[in-house]
Amino acid sequence: MARRRVLTTALAAGAAVLLPFSLAACGGGSSDEGSTGSGGSAKLTIQDYYNDDPGKTVWEGVYKACAQTAGVEIDIVHIPGSDLIAKVLQQAQSKTMPDVLMLDNPDLQQIAASGALADLSQFDVSTDGYADGIVKASTYDGKLYGLQPITNSIALFYNKKTLADAGIQPPQTWDELKTASAALTKDGKYGLALSAINTYEGTWQFLPFFWSAGGDEKDINTPEAAKALQLWVDMFKAGSISQSAVNWTQADVNDQFKAGNAAMMVNGPWQFPSLAESGIDYGVVPIPAPQAGEPTVSPLGGETWTVPETGNKDKQAKAAEIVKCINSDDNQKLLAEKNNTVPTKTAIAEEYGATNPAVKGFADLVPDLRARTGELGDKWPDAATKIYTAMQEAIVGGKTPEQALADAQNG
Amino acid sequence: MSTRADAGTLASASGAAARQSRDGGATPPSRDGRSGRSSARTKARIAELAFLVPALVYLVLFFGYPVVKNVLMGFQEYTTKTFFTGEAPFVGLDNYSAVLSSSLFDKALLNTVLFTAGSILGQFVLGLAIAVFFRRSFPLNNVLRALLLLPWLVPLIASAAVWRWILDTDYGALNRFLGALPFVDGNPAWLTSTSLALIAVIGVNIWLGIPFNATILYGGLQEIPEELYEAGALDGATGWRAFRHITWPLLRPVVTVVLVLGVVYTLKVLDIILGLTNGGPANSTQTIATYSYFTSFKEFDFGQGAALGNVLVLLSLLFAVIYLRLNRKAVDE
Repeated sequence: MARRRVLTTALAAGAAVLLPFSLAACGGGSSDEGSTGSGGSAKLTIQDYYNDDPGKTVWEGVYKACAQTAGVEIDIVHIPGSDLIAKVLQQAQSKTMPDVLMLDNPDLQQIAASGALADLSQFDVSTDGYADGIVKASTYDGKLYGLQPITNSIALFYNKKTLADAGIQPPQTWDELKTASAALTKDGKYGLALSAINTYEGTWQFLPFFWSAGGDEKDINTPEAAKALQLWVDMFKAGSISQSAVNWTQADVNDQFKAGNAAMMVNGPWQFPSLAESGIDYGVVPIPAPQAGEPTVSPLGGETWTVPETGNKDKQAKAAEIVKCINSDDNQKLLAEKNNTVPTKTAIAEEYGATNPAVKGFADLVPDLRARTGELGDKWPDAATKIYTAMQEAIVGGKTPEQALADAQNG
Repeated sequence: MSTRADAGTLASASGAAARQSRDGGATPPSRDGRSGRSSARTKARIAELAFLVPALVYLVLFFGYPVVKNVLMGFQEYTTKTFFTGEAPFVGLDNYSAVLSSSLFDKALLNTVLFTAGSILGQFVLGLAIAVFFRRSFPLNNVLRALLLLPWLVPLIASAAVWRWILDTDYGALNRFLGALPFVDGNPAWLTSTSLALIAVIGVNIWLGIPFNATILYGGLQEIPEELYEAGALDGATGWRAFRHITWPLLRPVVTVVLVLGVVYTLKVLDIILGLTNGGPANSTQTIATYSYFTSFKEFDFGQGAALGNVLVLLSLLFAVIYLRLNRKAVDE
């Protein structure tokens, strides 16, 4: 125990010396240690990354209600999103894991692989009624480690007025997307905005194109992947997308769309509140498919709730109850409504989509959403890095899509 | 006032270090026959050593241990699993061969060299020019000198955000300004073209480094007695000649300190690059420091990340040794 403490401290110090930027991730954090020593009384710690409103209040409400149902007291800890994984690793090492842990779904495999999470099947957690991709994303090595109440994905947002003025219909195929983007690019405004940044966010935005064309993350060096990348390269070359997109996050993309600098954008339903405030009249359609009638394969987003291995079976059982409660039908609906996302149980998603036209485009996607970690599991970060590297090498690095993909695949 | 003191201590500290290493360390304890006196001496000696203990403990704990740990990690398979199980099998040179053979390493190394050399050159030349300029007394001298420190006071994340806005291709202040000039056309893609991004990042880093260089060099200049310039002037050494024959030679020790600290600091710059370009586009601003950060904290391969960190430490040491040797020669002559 003592040795572990020293290691953690030293690791933090070492990281601080060599990598000053990581200091924030390692420092601080005293509030989450109070719960473990409370001798028998069942006070559980819930840890997530919702440190901003409106999400924060919504989630805290759900946690509190669930704690009451389960008959336990809870401590809620919010960690900034970019620091969460570093914090979790540190907690795994010092054996101070929270009782209920939220993870961004592509990170689950990493943490499950380390042995830090409990297999939920021992607590009678059922996956009946959930879409296949949702269960896959929370499953590692055949075991279920998390449960995800709501999901999101990305789609094509368009400015109704701009498109109507230009007499352009929302595009449904790649060719239409290319022509529409080019036609809408004028007067210093761009036809399309998307995030081609060199992070997992850029990969996430490229995935609907990559997957729909038949690309596969196991080997990105295929003609299908090159076809998808060629589409992006063409639109960048034509000037339909600002070159700045290689530095844009999805929030930046949304800002451009709100400011009227882009007629269409690729983004997710979490932008609804901010778009509502801006007063822009917009529509949402699925991301165009390569050919008419072909399906668009979109990536599965959202967070999953897990029960870490803390060694205290009683507390873990209580924690599992809370995870079940967060995922209850009523909470799925409540969370979807408040956070502008989509329930993960297929039936509830359908029902919800019928009552909420803005979300319908996303609700329809749920049964077919593809999990990023479905094929590669904990090897996903490596593939995600290769994909955004190839993407940038082709867009601004001067390589052909084929060359960029081959180079990235071979590392 | 404090800047003068800082520069003075830094300069004399480096001189002292050089002198001490020539002396060859402490003298051996005396073997005096009379026990009373010797025990008193031993006590005094122990008391002396006791005063060093806190410093030593601090050094070992906060510098020694992490460095040793980082060197070890470079030879281990250290992944997310390790944090939970504590198992980190030794894999020999695997991490190093993986890192050194990756196509990104050559690019990152070249970028590190260009970034460091470019930043140091720019910071130093501009810093020195500003320091010399402020030596003369003129109205508002103090106010302007204080303003010069501003880049130092703004949090790095904030300056990175502001510079990102200034350098934006479509809507940035710089391109709007350039667009208003008659003889410029086109919108340089400062942060989003592979050929300009590194230059832009170096430029911002130079801006950040000028206060440090100017302040220390200004302090060094204050140490040079005015009489030397008066005497020099009698012999016809004014302006450029006075700088070459009086200012520069007397400033040498301070220059060495500024350069050593500058190089060691610049080699590991991380935040400003992450804030401006995140190492992109297409890895054109990736340095060994950012590469190490990504390998460790994005891909969770801490072994390879540590290996890259060690490469960086070696580079820093190399520069420190070279400069300290040069400085020692200069003092000897």
